[in-house]
Amino acid sequence: MCLAIPIRVEALLADDMARVTLSGISKTVSIALLEDVQVGDYLLIHAGYALTRLDPDEAERTLDLMREAAVPGLAEMQDWRP
Amino acid sequence: MKYIDEYRDGTLARAIATTIASEAVPGRHYQFMEFCGGHTHAVSRYGIEDLLPSNVRMVHGPGCPVCVLPVGRIDDAIALALRPGVTLCTYADLMRVPASGGGSLLKARSAGADIRMVYSTMDAIRIAEDEPGRDVVFFAIGFETTTPATAIAIRLARRKMLRNFSVFCNHVLTPPAIRAVLDVPDDDNADEHTGGVRIDGFVGPAHVSTVIGTTPYVALAKHFRKPVVVAGFEPLDMMQAILMLVRQINDGRHDVENQYIRMVSEAGNLIAQRAIAEVFELRASFEWRGLGELPDSALQLREAYADLDAERRFSITTVSTADNPACECGDVLRGRTKPAECKLFGTVCSPETPMGSCMVSPEGACAAHWAYGRFRNRVARQPVPAAT
Amino acid sequence: MDPAPRLRTRRLDLRNGRVDLSHGAGGRATTQLIDEIFRPAFDNPLLAQGNDQAAFDVPAGRMVMSTDSYVISPLFFPGGDIGSLAVHGTINDVAMAGARPLHLAAGFILEEGFQLADLQRIATSMGRAARDAGVAIVTGDTKVVERGSGDGVFISTTGIGIVPPGLILSGDRARPGDQVILSGSLGDHGVAVMSQRNNLGFETTILSDSAALHGLVAEMVHVAGASLRLLRDPTRGGLAASLNEIAQQSNVGFLINEHAIPVKDQVAAACELLGLDPLHVANEGKLVAVVAPEAADALLAVMRAHPLGREAARIGEVIADEQRFVQMITSFGGGRIVDWLTGEQLPRIC
Repeated sequence: MCLAIPIRVEALLADDMARVTLSGISKTVSIALLEDVQVGDYLLIHAGYALTRLDPDEAERTLDLMREAAVPGLAEMQDWRP
Repeated sequence: MKYIDEYRDGTLARAIATTIASEAVPGRHYQFMEFCGGHTHAVSRYGIEDLLPSNVRMVHGPGCPVCVLPVGRIDDAIALALRPGVTLCTYADLMRVPASGGGSLLKARSAGADIRMVYSTMDAIRIAEDEPGRDVVFFAIGFETTTPATAIAIRLARRKMLRNFSVFCNHVLTPPAIRAVLDVPDDDNADEHTGGVRIDGFVGPAHVSTVIGTTPYVALAKHFRKPVVVAGFEPLDMMQAILMLVRQINDGRHDVENQYIRMVSEAGNLIAQRAIAEVFELRASFEWRGLGELPDSALQLREAYADLDAERRFSITTVSTADNPACECGDVLRGRTKPAECKLFGTVCSPETPMGSCMVSPEGACAAHWAYGRFRNRVARQPVPAAT
Repeated sequence: MDPAPRLRTRRLDLRNGRVDLSHGAGGRATTQLIDEIFRPAFDNPLLAQGNDQAAFDVPAGRMVMSTDSYVISPLFFPGGDIGSLAVHGTINDVAMAGARPLHLAAGFILEEGFQLADLQRIATSMGRAARDAGVAIVTGDTKVVERGSGDGVFISTTGIGIVPPGLILSGDRARPGDQVILSGSLGDHGVAVMSQRNNLGFETTILSDSAALHGLVAEMVHVAGASLRLLRDPTRGGLAASLNEIAQQSNVGFLINEHAIPVKDQVAAACELLGLDPLHVANEGKLVAVVAPEAADALLAVMRAHPLGREAARIGEVIADEQRFVQMITSFGGGRIVDWLTGEQLPRIC
């Protein structure tokens, strides 16, 4: 029930709505569940509603942690082929 | 796609898998339940189990709302849709769920019922506005992810004074379901002879947690002494969460940790929580497919919104209906039976002719295994011991 | 305001008129509909003879015949409409046998009340598609059903074509080791059509890939000849359905590589948004070829030189597999089964 992906806000519209786009696909969604949405924010869209705002710093930190977690593994993976 | 593709990097995933393999203590077995159907889907779609060492296994949980909806409620929805003047709006996921007597919403539609598939609750409101002569009922299902959208629609219907709109509410709550999975006698929970399966930790819900935050899991983790790591639905999120769970087990910890920090906060979405609280209240008890009657596990409309409650408007009294006795969806949902172990799997039960709900939703454990995992059956796997 | 004399009693009102039951009754109104809409749009000597059938000489060789019915909502979509689709789709079905399409027949089922302006727009588009493809619509039929019994217009087209001597393309000819080549990106048609369904509420600049593929096929046949095992156009059910069909027919499996399969960013995004798999989304101007390994490079080169095959890619190979699974190495590096689409393709919330 939880299909949802992060999509960028292109424009704020009346009635708590916003225009969001993902790789050229655009869609109008409700932002009634969020405060202070800004153009450029990435929102998690589920069934036409934005549930939360992506935190870009935490997104970067997550990737850092993932790379960190991969370091010991990478050292052992010299024979790995794509 | 920014913020999507970078979390699907296969090389990084393999490296993390190697790290997991090196940190998982040899001879020790780790079994983690991914609660959400979204995680089950990711596990199958990306072949995550193939990446994990043989002593780290995933058990599929009951977190697919389509799968846990009991037959009786589908029967109610069909009966509603067949009433003259009623238009039933529903998410497409529900169309093919088997009802009793071989029925489904899809079949009811071909028999003349006015059933419309909607992508959002706003579409249902729009239909009610455009067609004032129809009694528009929104068939609401889902965990906390989907509940705020229903709450907003109910508030909107009130504000617009829509008299021809109502909601057939089937919203359920995540924490009681986790409790129900774990709340079995200790010996049952750890003994392969009784068909139980040991669960060492949980990959916690992704998008449910954007709404409810991580706090509700704290009491569960503490009470059952099981670690919970809230994780995103992308494959790297899963890999990282599994590593975090392995480390907690190794350290003897049972904390609630948040892997999905880019989306989930401790407190969750307070506006969404307020919207839910304003419109809904706890239902004394609700039947879950596979888990049975669970107290305080579902929501119903508050008295103040009684006029928008389809159950009251149409005097619906749900009759509990037994599943096909051979169908093992119940045990699959509890993580006790693997999809391929069910006698019906792949014989009479397939996505084309689903006997149970786990085969209907693409997030159901059986459908996910059918769609992506079947060929793994051909490779003999080492049996996973139920206890260390 | 309009100085033109009122011609309504003599000519069809192509601006505001609607189809009524008399247009399908076989009387003067039927003839008028044919004379004023279909004949000018399809304009060709065989149709101009005005008979209930078309008679023509047949070249020597094996003939191919195929028929298809077109029911699409909406009738007009970015990159095409039901008319051009009805021409391209049947030409492609004929061409997938390696044939040169000769002629088309078209049957129309119109719903009472359908706008004549829309009918003319569809007929004009059909005529243009047929002329561009060099395949004439030489005979046809029109019926009208009562309001509520149809969805505006249904079109059924039948095509015939001629296969070069010695060429046999068939779904049962795939053998382990054969290469699988796809002519271009997946899912454009399905996404373009879905974007027009207002309840899905998304916008895109993607156009349907609807196109007649027989020109591309002719060059492929020319270069690969008998090394070509089979061709298939992955329409409804997408590439997943086509490969599973072939696997059943040939009693083989497939191993394809997700990384090699072209999918436009917008199509991938729409699929993420709706919870769909691009491998299940319909195409109307793409083909998948199975070819003996030694001819694969030459085939790929000639396809890429053709405007409809510029993005052609080798996406995998045929493998021996009693269970006839289509397996895919995912871009993530795992393996999974590519199954048929179950039921109707519905956008998911789950």
